[in-house]
Amino acid sequence: MNEPQLQPATGTPVIGGNTRAASWKVFYKKLSKNKAALAGALIVFIFVLLALLAPYIAPYEPNKMQIANKLQGPSAEHWLGTDDKGRDILSRILYGSRISLTVGILSTVLGAAIGIVLGIVSGYYGRWVDSLIMRICDVLLAFPGILLALAIVSVLGASTVNVIIAVAFFAIPTFARIVRGSTLAVKKLEYIDAIKAVGARDSRIIFRHILPNITSPIIVQATLYIASAIITAAALSFLGMGTQPPDPEWGTMLSQGRSYIRQAPHITLFPGLVILLVVVGFNLFGDGLRDALDPKTKK
Amino acid sequence: MSMTTTTKTLLEVKNLKQYFPIKGGLFGRTVNHVKAVDDISFHVQEGETVSIVGESGCGKSTTGRAILRLDNPYAGEVIFDGENLLGLSKAEMRKKRQDLQIIFQDPYASLNPRQTVSQIIEEALQIQNIVPPKERRKKIADLLQTVGIGTHQMDRHPHEFSGGQRQRIGIARALSVNPKLIICDEAVSALDVSIQAQVLNLLKDLQRKFQLTYLFISHDLGVVRHISDRIIVMYLGKIVEIADKKSLFENPQHPYTIALLSAIPSTNLEKKRERIILKGDVPSPIDPPQGCRFHTRCPFAFDRCRAEQPGLYKVDGEGHQSACHLVENGQIDFSKVPSNH
Repeated sequence: MNEPQLQPATGTPVIGGNTRAASWKVFYKKLSKNKAALAGALIVFIFVLLALLAPYIAPYEPNKMQIANKLQGPSAEHWLGTDDKGRDILSRILYGSRISLTVGILSTVLGAAIGIVLGIVSGYYGRWVDSLIMRICDVLLAFPGILLALAIVSVLGASTVNVIIAVAFFAIPTFARIVRGSTLAVKKLEYIDAIKAVGARDSRIIFRHILPNITSPIIVQATLYIASAIITAAALSFLGMGTQPPDPEWGTMLSQGRSYIRQAPHITLFPGLVILLVVVGFNLFGDGLRDALDPKTKK
Repeated sequence: MSMTTTTKTLLEVKNLKQYFPIKGGLFGRTVNHVKAVDDISFHVQEGETVSIVGESGCGKSTTGRAILRLDNPYAGEVIFDGENLLGLSKAEMRKKRQDLQIIFQDPYASLNPRQTVSQIIEEALQIQNIVPPKERRKKIADLLQTVGIGTHQMDRHPHEFSGGQRQRIGIARALSVNPKLIICDEAVSALDVSIQAQVLNLLKDLQRKFQLTYLFISHDLGVVRHISDRIIVMYLGKIVEIADKKSLFENPQHPYTIALLSAIPSTNLEKKRERIILKGDVPSPIDPPQGCRFHTRCPFAFDRCRAEQPGLYKVDGEGHQSACHLVENGQIDFSKVPSNH
């Protein structure tokens, strides 16, 4: 190899292996120092595991009624008791986690995908496109989320799929706004001008240069949004507009246990606690991610 | 390395205006304009280095960006190699971009942090289809060597390099598409003085090697003196003086240039110059002063300056031009003009 005609500008080059691995290390180090975030990650992980393994670990069929055993309190046989139709609450909660997590994740992914596209287009092209998209988002955000979701579900009909659509719809403006803001910040950077000066098309600039540089806020927002999606889905089911009985959705379980809250409070208590736990888990994890992905927080 | 004997004009800017709208009111109407560049004309010969100097906000970077259509100009013509760039369609302009490249000021912001050095350069090669895919890696290695980056560093990310090295990578990217003209937008301003010299010398070497033409945008007269053949001085969106390097530094013919030059620190104790300190601030480019834009701060201003905008007057037969009413009839000795400050 020829000697370079010119010496490198300064000093010795930084010696380092794979930088992607290095930045993951920093990320992991920051996250692992945050105890609350770790707890959140653990909760999320456990619930995902439980949902996946539900058919193998659930002690009973979730929908199997044993009227003779109805309204029993927690016991060795039924750890979390039984409901008004004698169904095992633990099994129903385990199967219910499949529905809740699916609704939470799917609706977030769907809403985020549409929101990201709208946000990038809005931030990158600006002008009237931006005004139009952002005004529509303002209108959507002006509705209380649950009302908007209720309206959509009542038009489409009450079912789990329609809950996903409704919750996803409400996610769109939130993501569009965050992505638009990040796009505005990134598109002003000189490397975007540089690639434009080389002759790149808009699509290349957007997908190869802007999107990879705004993933952090999107990941954080998605994690936090899953929590509120789960709550909204449970609320819709509680109101009878979501997952229909006998499917074991947590919100539906709350709603059904409501009439027996004096004789058998455990029917509502346990699904309620589980909703609380999952939502807290996602929120702690999301907050931790935000701190760990923020390059300004060192350590 | 003066190549003023070349007669071919590579770039000609005619009556370029760059106005940025100020939106206001309930319906976002355009209520006014920031007149960042207001009707300037100049040309750049093939193979020469022309510098644009001026203080922040005078429109020098805006001019560079307008030529490249990074911001589409408000009005005017940019004739490059006989073709008006502003008349090209988006697709034609993308193709044309291989002839005009830019090197940016901030070496920390001008490279995508998620790409490796070879990816950054490969992308440019790919977009303009400079070499077949199989030969790209070889070409990247050559380019990096040309700018003084070791080929063993080509798969590293930008954050592993120093500012000077990053600037070299930016130069390699600009070079990769075989441009004719490179706009250096404050290309060395963010670097340490010692590194500045290295990068400037690199730019000079590359110019010789690849017959490049530079439009060098800077606020630093020392740097400009080192690299330019001709210099354009801008103030508040207007050109106030154009001259070759020698006559500009030795015989400035505009009060603003004189003030700028007097601010260069001198090591020559024998020849003490009088420091001219301009009074007041640069007026707003939204509402520039009537008449000569410099009259609010000019020590020689008289009634005509407040009323009539000066054109670019020819000072001598060599292309020295100045926009000052005092030199309308040829060059004068400004030290003999009574100052009214």
